[in-house]
Amino acid sequence: MDKVFSNKRDIAIFVGPTLLLFFGIVLIPIFVSSYYSLLEWNGVTKPTFIGLDNYVEMFTDSRALNSMKNSLLYAGASVFIQLPISLLLALILASGIKGEGFYRTVYFIPVLLSTVVIAQLWSKIYNADYGMLNTLLTNIGLPHLAQDWLGQRETALAASFIPTLWQYVGYHMLLMYAGAKSVSPELIEAAKIDGASTIRTAFSIVIPLMKPILKVSLVFSVIGALKIFDLIYVLTGGGPFFTTEVPSTLMYTTIFDTYRYGYGSALSVFIILECLLFTVIINKFFKTDY
Amino acid sequence: MEAAISGQPRKSKLFYRIGMILLQAMLVLFAVVQIYPLIWLAFFSLKDNSEIFSGDVLGPPKQFLWSNYTKALSDGNVLTYFINSVWVTAVTIFLVLLLSSMSAYAITRMKWRFSNATMTLILLGMMVPIHAALLPLFMVLRNLKLLNTHWALIIPYVAFGLPLAIFILASFFKGVPREMEESAVMDGCGIYRTFFFIVLPLVRPALVTVAIFTFLSSWNELMFAVTFINDTIYQTLTVGIMSMVGTYITQWGIIGAGLMISTIPTIIIYLLLNKQVQESMIAGAVKG
Repeated sequence: MDKVFSNKRDIAIFVGPTLLLFFGIVLIPIFVSSYYSLLEWNGVTKPTFIGLDNYVEMFTDSRALNSMKNSLLYAGASVFIQLPISLLLALILASGIKGEGFYRTVYFIPVLLSTVVIAQLWSKIYNADYGMLNTLLTNIGLPHLAQDWLGQRETALAASFIPTLWQYVGYHMLLMYAGAKSVSPELIEAAKIDGASTIRTAFSIVIPLMKPILKVSLVFSVIGALKIFDLIYVLTGGGPFFTTEVPSTLMYTTIFDTYRYGYGSALSVFIILECLLFTVIINKFFKTDY
Repeated sequence: MEAAISGQPRKSKLFYRIGMILLQAMLVLFAVVQIYPLIWLAFFSLKDNSEIFSGDVLGPPKQFLWSNYTKALSDGNVLTYFINSVWVTAVTIFLVLLLSSMSAYAITRMKWRFSNATMTLILLGMMVPIHAALLPLFMVLRNLKLLNTHWALIIPYVAFGLPLAIFILASFFKGVPREMEESAVMDGCGIYRTFFFIVLPLVRPALVTVAIFTFLSSWNELMFAVTFINDTIYQTLTVGIMSMVGTYITQWGIIGAGLMISTIPTIIIYLLLNKQVQESMIAGAVKG
């Protein structure tokens, strides 16, 4: 028996291709990127080793710092706007309201769409002249609010965040719904018998027991915001005047438009480290026992 | 205390009713917000320019202009993009299922020294953003002359899809009773027959979960697709749609049709497998 399950050749056939791909495509490129980040290099001529100069530039260049600030604002908005809405919806649906399955299904639909489609759709919604939003505002008697949402500095960042909110609110709602449903009904029943109101029960019983899933949502929304690319790339390309630029779009233009391979790689290394750092911080401050 | 409660049952019942109605109204409103943009997209994909820009902007089309769809499919190349997306996604799903199930099985059920270390390493891979690999992969694919081929997308999609797939499958394999495999081996099955014909059918739900996950991520991926492919005949929907939008910049109807065509397969899958899709998204998140 053991012989069949410990044959070295078979094991190699079972895991070999996976490990080859995993090392070649996922793991080694990270180290290669880290090495590139120490070079001044345009991809054609001979690279020069410049040590940490790219990183120094990154933290002194106002454009790079601005992109980091924007992605942190996205993360903040995700945590303080998107997650509370998701939590509220999840708690309402999990309390067994009529039509629970229907709402869950409908809220989740945008999660499945490709970000390219969402970005194109929202650029039409925001269109200054014929878009859905301005038409709607005019129809409900607020024509003075109609404006070029993506085209001006004041509104571009907020307007480019809304589609992300719209897309992922259903995803976090679903996770939290699953978390709320896993709380034992007897506990909720017991709290009710003790005279606790619905809101009190939610805050003292249900939400604390949802902590593991809340942590997952928190990590996902923060990391998702820090590495956001598709939406910005398609919706605004980082404009107008870099007001919506984020590290990943800056990385992309640095590498493929201005051919600064070293500096672009430094930005990509920054994104990885930033994601890791935030994951560790959230895990540390949000300790769960299981 | 009891008197206080029983003193106003009618009033509190009324309040409860009103509260419920308000709650339902809020949920319906939110449902409209989530779904109406898509309906609006479907509407304008069937309108001509004059109706989009000056007619009833928010409402349904007066006449269904199906020619937007035929124009998008043929002149806008959406049919080509669609076939490319189907091919890339199908091969990716097949390879992810094959490789992840084999390696998850080897890690959880076969006896070798580095199985735990391998699992840890692969789980670490779930945290790596694809940004990290973009430039090195671009250089490698260029040197191998693989840019502008379907493999330029399939290989990275498979590699980045493996960690999560292995994680999901490994937890399922752990639940398969050992006796099943042992009796199969006793009966003279080799490891391959045991794996493919006895064990794999037992973890079918997990395979469906992995397939759904892989479908969504490779069907919707943009960063690799836009970097590794610039030849129209190999472009997938995500990039193709972008170049189509560039061509038909003022003809919203045709753009809308293209967007609808790239969305419809996902929506159909969701409506057919709605429960499994939701469960697979939860399974993908709960990695502890």
